[in-house]
Formats: sequence, C-alpha cells, structure tokens
Amino acid sequence: MTEVLDTIGQRVTRLEGKDKASGRAQYTDDMTLPGMLYGAITGSPHAHARILSYDISAALEVPGVKAIITGDDYDWFRSGGHVKDETLLAKGKVRYIGEPVAAVAARTQKAAEEAARLIQVEYEELEAVLSIDDAMNPDLPIIHEEFSTYQMKVTDLEVSGNECWATSAEEGDIDAAWAECDAVVEETFETQAQHHLYLEPASALVDVDANGKVTIWGPNQGVHFIQTRVADYLGLPLTKVRAISPTVGGGFGGRAGPHVQPITAALALKTGKPVKITLSRAMDFETCRSRHPSRVRMKIGAKKDGTFVAQEAELLFDGGSFMDETPAVASFGLMMARGPYRIPNFRGSARAFYTNKLRAGSFRGFGNPQTTIARECLIDRLAQALDLSPMAVRQKNAMVAGDKWLGGQEVPACGFAQCLEEVKKAADLDKAQLPPPAPGKKRGFGFSGFAHISSFLASGASVQLREDGTITMNTGGIEIGQGASTILAQICAEALKLPIEDINITEPDTDTTPYNYKSVGSRTTYTTGRAVKAAAEDVADQIIEHAAAMLDCDPAQLTLISGGQVGVKADVTDSPLVNRTITFKEASLRAHYGVGGPIIGTHTFVFDGPPFDREGSKMKAVVFGNMGAYIYGVQGAAVDVDEVTGQVEVVKAWAAADVGRAINPTNIEGQIQGGFAQGMGYALFEEMVWDNGRLVNPTLMEYKVPGVKEVPKVQTIIVEDPEPGGPFGAKGVGEPAMVGVAPAIANAIDDAIGDRPNSLPMTPEKVLDVLDPS
Amino acid sequence: MSDTLTYDLNVNGEIETITAPAEETLLTVLRERLHLTGAKRGCDQGVCGTCTVLIDGEPVRGCLTIAALCEGVEITTIEGLATPEALDIVQQSFVDTGGIQCGFCSSGMILTVSSILKSNPEAGEAEIREGISGNICRCTGYEKIIDAAVLAAQQINGAAR
Repeated sequence: MTEVLDTIGQRVTRLEGKDKASGRAQYTDDMTLPGMLYGAITGSPHAHARILSYDISAALEVPGVKAIITGDDYDWFRSGGHVKDETLLAKGKVRYIGEPVAAVAARTQKAAEEAARLIQVEYEELEAVLSIDDAMNPDLPIIHEEFSTYQMKVTDLEVSGNECWATSAEEGDIDAAWAECDAVVEETFETQAQHHLYLEPASALVDVDANGKVTIWGPNQGVHFIQTRVADYLGLPLTKVRAISPTVGGGFGGRAGPHVQPITAALALKTGKPVKITLSRAMDFETCRSRHPSRVRMKIGAKKDGTFVAQEAELLFDGGSFMDETPAVASFGLMMARGPYRIPNFRGSARAFYTNKLRAGSFRGFGNPQTTIARECLIDRLAQALDLSPMAVRQKNAMVAGDKWLGGQEVPACGFAQCLEEVKKAADLDKAQLPPPAPGKKRGFGFSGFAHISSFLASGASVQLREDGTITMNTGGIEIGQGASTILAQICAEALKLPIEDINITEPDTDTTPYNYKSVGSRTTYTTGRAVKAAAEDVADQIIEHAAAMLDCDPAQLTLISGGQVGVKADVTDSPLVNRTITFKEASLRAHYGVGGPIIGTHTFVFDGPPFDREGSKMKAVVFGNMGAYIYGVQGAAVDVDEVTGQVEVVKAWAAADVGRAINPTNIEGQIQGGFAQGMGYALFEEMVWDNGRLVNPTLMEYKVPGVKEVPKVQTIIVEDPEPGGPFGAKGVGEPAMVGVAPAIANAIDDAIGDRPNSLPMTPEKVLDVLDPS
Repeated sequence: MSDTLTYDLNVNGEIETITAPAEETLLTVLRERLHLTGAKRGCDQGVCGTCTVLIDGEPVRGCLTIAALCEGVEITTIEGLATPEALDIVQQSFVDTGGIQCGFCSSGMILTVSSILKSNPEAGEAEIREGISGNICRCTGYEKIIDAAVLAAQQINGAAR
C-alpha cells in the first residue's frame, strides 16, 4: 500500500509559472546594472596554433573601450571539472576554432564587438587533430604538451599521446564465456556531436565591489560549482566570488560548467564596473559544449533460450580540446554499458581523446546514450539470430531488486520488468489501432530498455520556520526548467504537512545557500530532495518540542496535523491533551521571543549507497567513488520509413519510467515528452558538423532541432517502485528520458525495412544506403 | 554611421517616443529602450520564435522587424496580456497544463497561441500544431503546449457561450 500524502503525487503547478507566463521572469540578459559595460570575445581562427604575439593598439582606439584582456594578462591559473587543463583565455596556444584569446569591455555592445574584431593576434599554425583516428595517430602533434603537470583526482590513469582518459572494468570470465554462447553478435556504432540548444544563449552579468569581490549571475546548473571554477580561473579565494542563479533558460547539462562567467568576471575586475556578456547563438554553438561523439564496438552472446552470457564493450569518446567532464562521461558510459540486465561475464573499456574541436561535456544522458544504442540494437540482432522476440529477450534478462549493478552494488529497487510489461501492453494495443502507413512507406516497431542514476556526491538544505508559521527553504537545487523548485517545495511541504503556498523558496546564492554539488545527473529529486526532507523533519522535531513544552507533555505524544499545527497522536486517548493543538505560529513565536531561538532545520549528506567493489570488478580510473539510486525505463517507437526518400517519421511513441514515487506527475510527463523530442533529434537529424576544424552549422537555420510537426504523441507511463532512501521513495527522471529514444527508433527502422544505419543521426541518406547498399 | 530617427510606437496601448538608429530592430527597441524584456533573443535570425510579438494581432519576429517601420500599428508584447491581478486565459492555461518549463519560449508561444485562437476560436489540435510550427521549444516536446492551447480554446469558447 502506498501511503496517502497531501502534496506528493499532486499536479502542483510550477511555482515560477506565472512569472514565466507573464514575461516577468528575469533571465541574465534581461538584467542591467547602473554603469554596466558590455563585453565581447575574440575567438581563435585556427584549430591548433601557437600564439606568438598580440597587438591591441587598434582595438584600444575604438571610442568607448574601457579594457582589453589577453592571455598575457593572467598567470597560469588552471581550472577544470576533473583535470585542470583550461585557462581563462588561451595562453601560449589555441586548441579549437573560436577559443577565446582576448576580451573587451566597452560602453556599448557595438564598440565592444568592433574592438574585439580589431585585436590582432599573430599565430604559428600547427597541424590539427580532428577526430578519434587522428588522436590515435602518433605522427600528429600533442594537443596538451603539459598534460603530465595537470592536477587530477585519480592516481590510476595510464594514457599517452592525445589519449586523455582510459577506464575499464571486468566481471566473470569473459574469455571462457563466449564458448557457452549459442549466438554472438558484434557491431560498431558511431554517434555524433549534439548541441544542447538550451534556448537562452550563454550569458553572464558580473558586478564587483570595492574589495574586489565579484557577484555573478548567469544560466547555470550549480552556483557552488560556478563559484569554485571562477575562483580557480582567476586565482581567487571563494570569499571573493559569489554566484547567484537567476531564471535559467534550459540546461540539459550544458550549464553544468562555466561558460562566459570567468571572462566576464575578469573584465569586471579589470574595469571595476559591472560587465555583461551575452553570446550570439553562433558563438554559443562554437564555444560552449557538445555531446561527446563516440565509436562503440560491442559484442553480446546468449544461450538458445535468450539468456545473456557475455558482453564486451569498447567505447571511444572524442573529448574535444579540453577535458571538462570527459573523465566522468567515459567512466559513466562504461558503468552504464551493461544496462539493467543480468550478464554474468563482462569486459569493458572506455578511452577518450583530446582533439582540436570544441570541448565535449555534460549533456543529458552523459555517455549513456552512446552505449545504450549499441547494446539495445545488438539485443534486437541477438533476438533475430535466436528467432526470439526482442521484447521477450529483454524481459528474460531484466534485472530485479537484489541483483547487482556492474561494479558490484546491490540495487535495492527495480521497476524495469514492469516498465517492459507496460510498454509492451501499450504498444500492442496501438499496433491494432494506428492507421496504416501511407503507400510507399513501411511501418516498424522498436524498443529499448535503459537505466541511469539519480544520486552521487553531496547536497545540503536549510529550512527555516518564520514568525507567522510559514517556511523559507534554501537549497542549491537549480530550476533549469525541469521543475526542481516545485518538486523540492512539495517535499518540504509534505514533510511539514503544510500547503505548498506556505513554502517560500530562496534563489540559489553561494553567499547564503547550503552547498549543493550541481543540478545534474538527475540527482536533484533524490539527493537535494533527501536533504530537504531531513531538514524539514528537523524543523518538525523542533516544533514538536516547543509544543510539548507548551502543553506540558511528552513530545512522543505529539504529531503534526495538516495545515501547520501540532496535535496529539491518534493513539493517545486518555489524556486531557486530546483536541489540544499548538499552531506552527505559536511555536515559532515562542522560539523567536521566548525560549530556544528561531527554528532552523538543516541537513547535509554525501550519497551513502554501497560503494563499488573496485577490486572485484577490476575497475580502473573510474572517477565515481560511488553512485546509485538507479532509475529504469523503457521507450518504444512506431516509425514509417519512406522507401523512396529514406525519410523516417515517428508516428507514435511510448515511454515508461520507474521514478520510485511520482512527486509531480505533470513534471515527470514533461520530462519524458521533452526527453523524447531531444532524443529524436539525436536519432534522426541533429549533428554538429566540423570541416577542417571549423563548425559549419552554428545557427538554427543549419542545425535543425525537432519542431512540433516532427514530434509524435508520446504516451507516458509512470511506474512507481519505491526507492529506499529516496524522499517518499522518489528518484530522478530527467536524463534517461532521452537515453532510449535513438535505439528504439533504430530498432523500429530495422523492423520496418530489415536493417538500420550503424551511425547517428539516421538521416534519409543513411537510411537509403541500408535500403540499397549498392 | 547610421541615421538616427525619432518615431512613435504604440506598445501595449501606450504611445512611446523612440529615438534610435534607423536600422534598429523592434526586439532591440523593446528590450533595450523600453525595458520590455519578455520577448527573448534566442537566435537573432527569425528561426526560433522566442522574440515573437504581435503586430495588429499577427505574430511577427521582433528580431527581423525594423522598429521604425512599426509606426501606426498596434504592438502587443507578453507584458500586454496580463493585468497586475491576473494572467489572461492563454497564460493561465500554460501554467495549469505544464506548458512551461524553462520559460524561454513561453512569451512567443503564448502570443502565437493567443493570435491563433483570436482568429480561429474553434482551432483544434491540427490548427494549433500548424500555428505554432514556427516556434521552437527544447524542453516540453510540445505536448503540454498543445494541451494548454486546447484548454484555452475550450475556456474562450465556454466563456463566449
């Protein structure tokens, strides 16, 4: 039986919805400060070159220019997500086209841009390394010559040349296992760079005070991370950097690291004035981040009845010019390679490489889509080889609670089998009901299973009871559109049995907000949510103590009553206390003006699930000490393939997600539907294309994302298999919402025409190639 | 150097006198001179639709429209829909159905849907899909935006009966 709750499970409307609907919500570029200057950036015209000299004389002549900075103005302070390999501006050499080499602050945007164009930099060009194959070629130059001097957190990394990460894991006896298999399939898949295309381009506004402390506003996914990264770039202590989260126009992982905040901060410090930089869409494309292009070779073997025996996975990631989140993407891709299946023998490795292109970084799915497409397409191939239904093979091998994840962690809950069953039922029903495809088109159905995590690292929260009995809640959970604020407020409201209107949320601000790693990894609901729930329970305990003192009874006799009151527990029947209540306001006034002091509840923790068995699973250079609260899902698609044009139309989709406990069904559906659209773009047409190091499609005219006409109806199915440890049993949903889409569509194409491309995006040209290989 | 012009714009029922370079776009004038920042600069190429405003009730791209050519027409921005007390029906529908996530496309989407329903109060899902096909949303997968438009249509029609 699921406990009936007041707020959890309700379709509470988004707390900041009215602000956004009325146009009042303030995004970074909407803000101005008195005396504010505008910034502009000069980018590198070369993919790989040494910087010989700068000439800023002509740029300084532009009227209104207040400051120009180049790499010469800064010491070698390095910053980075896992390995400190980036500097504020290029120093000594440039490593991709568009890399910031200089920046200008001026009275107007126009003057800043004109000056940025007039900055002259003399370069000595070097041969560029533009692909994974280039990066493995020992004859090409090294992109980071000082790699061995960079600070990093792991000690068991063994790489050379332009290889920047190498991680591996192994369980069972893979070499012996292949002999036990009745069928073995093996293929290599290639995936492309995808852009996040959050609709708000990168932007930062930075103010500076007389003590040299900078205050930063900008789209972000974690104010504390931005604070530490900016401090690293500028060689500042954390006391001199404050980061605040304004309204954020989308994230998808793209704001998980800094973008223009460090350069904007440097210009503010140099001029002593507030400075704003907002990138054009093209510069955002060229200089922020992309999803990692990959090449994945995978091999899976099974017995006649479909039981999986062995899996081998070799992942290669193109990390671009700087490391950013590459070590974590490689590690995570590896740890997700087996997915939510029982496969006793596994060997996997993930290697990543520096290339002279834009850095690849965090992006919804985080290495998981690249491995999931390979595994899920091969499961269909294996089923074909054994003459079994792909869905039945998935069901036969689905992991259940008590099974172990790759790395040896026991999973405490698993709704994967239910997700498979629900999607199968929904698709079977639709198969009979969908109108037939138009003449010349072939219909196919395809499915994919997948899993993800929803917790790692640390979060804190504070919850304060105010004098009138309402709550001020402070967390570092960033509202990037996913609904974090509303979800966290619902958790707080439920723990205190208050209506949602009684919860006031503060905007994340490093000066006041308890530490939160980031709003990434689908971790906010489970991880920040757990901190909120415990902090709210701390407040409840304190309120009950005050109430007990006021009623002269034992706190154990009291409990919270909906609506901000404390009353006597139902089982206390023989006391004069029955029917006596104390309101939160009364308890708070006592605390504020009488005894004990204001009631503030806090909680902090670092994810405490079981650790990986590094020795047993032979794990090497995996950057995660721990992760978990695994989440599961299944996606399915019906496609019509045009045999003449190769065009693929997705006519219907089904998506089940095991979210533990649905805190807000509207938000979950929104994540599943939005994730499907983003996954569909990845599957069929989105691709950043570089020609000789230059991104050739850095605009929305040339980089197509799904519009309303392409996206089908996505039937959402919420599965609730409560996660022990999750707040009210809840866990995440955001990232996996896109992870299974491309394989589901690929398998549907295969079902329709008997084959499918092995590379994303599956454009009409590639589909025609498999239709007619000649 | 470009010429500077002085002209009047009718924005949300108020007459505003603008002095600006002749080539300045309506989006720039709204955002930077009138501080009406509800219209967003998403691509500056007329593709994404985040800068949508209404001119005489029809959706246009603020980033592709020269402000000085907008004399004598009625310009409506997202700030012109709600009263200080309440959102209008379309805005409220977007809030109620979950048609808003990050919110960056919302101004343009809401104005576009308002325009569709004004010219065709009977608009169904097909007409709504057609009508908003020039506006990109990266968060929602569009489904709850369509739900919002359908809900608003029902409410408008209900109120009219």
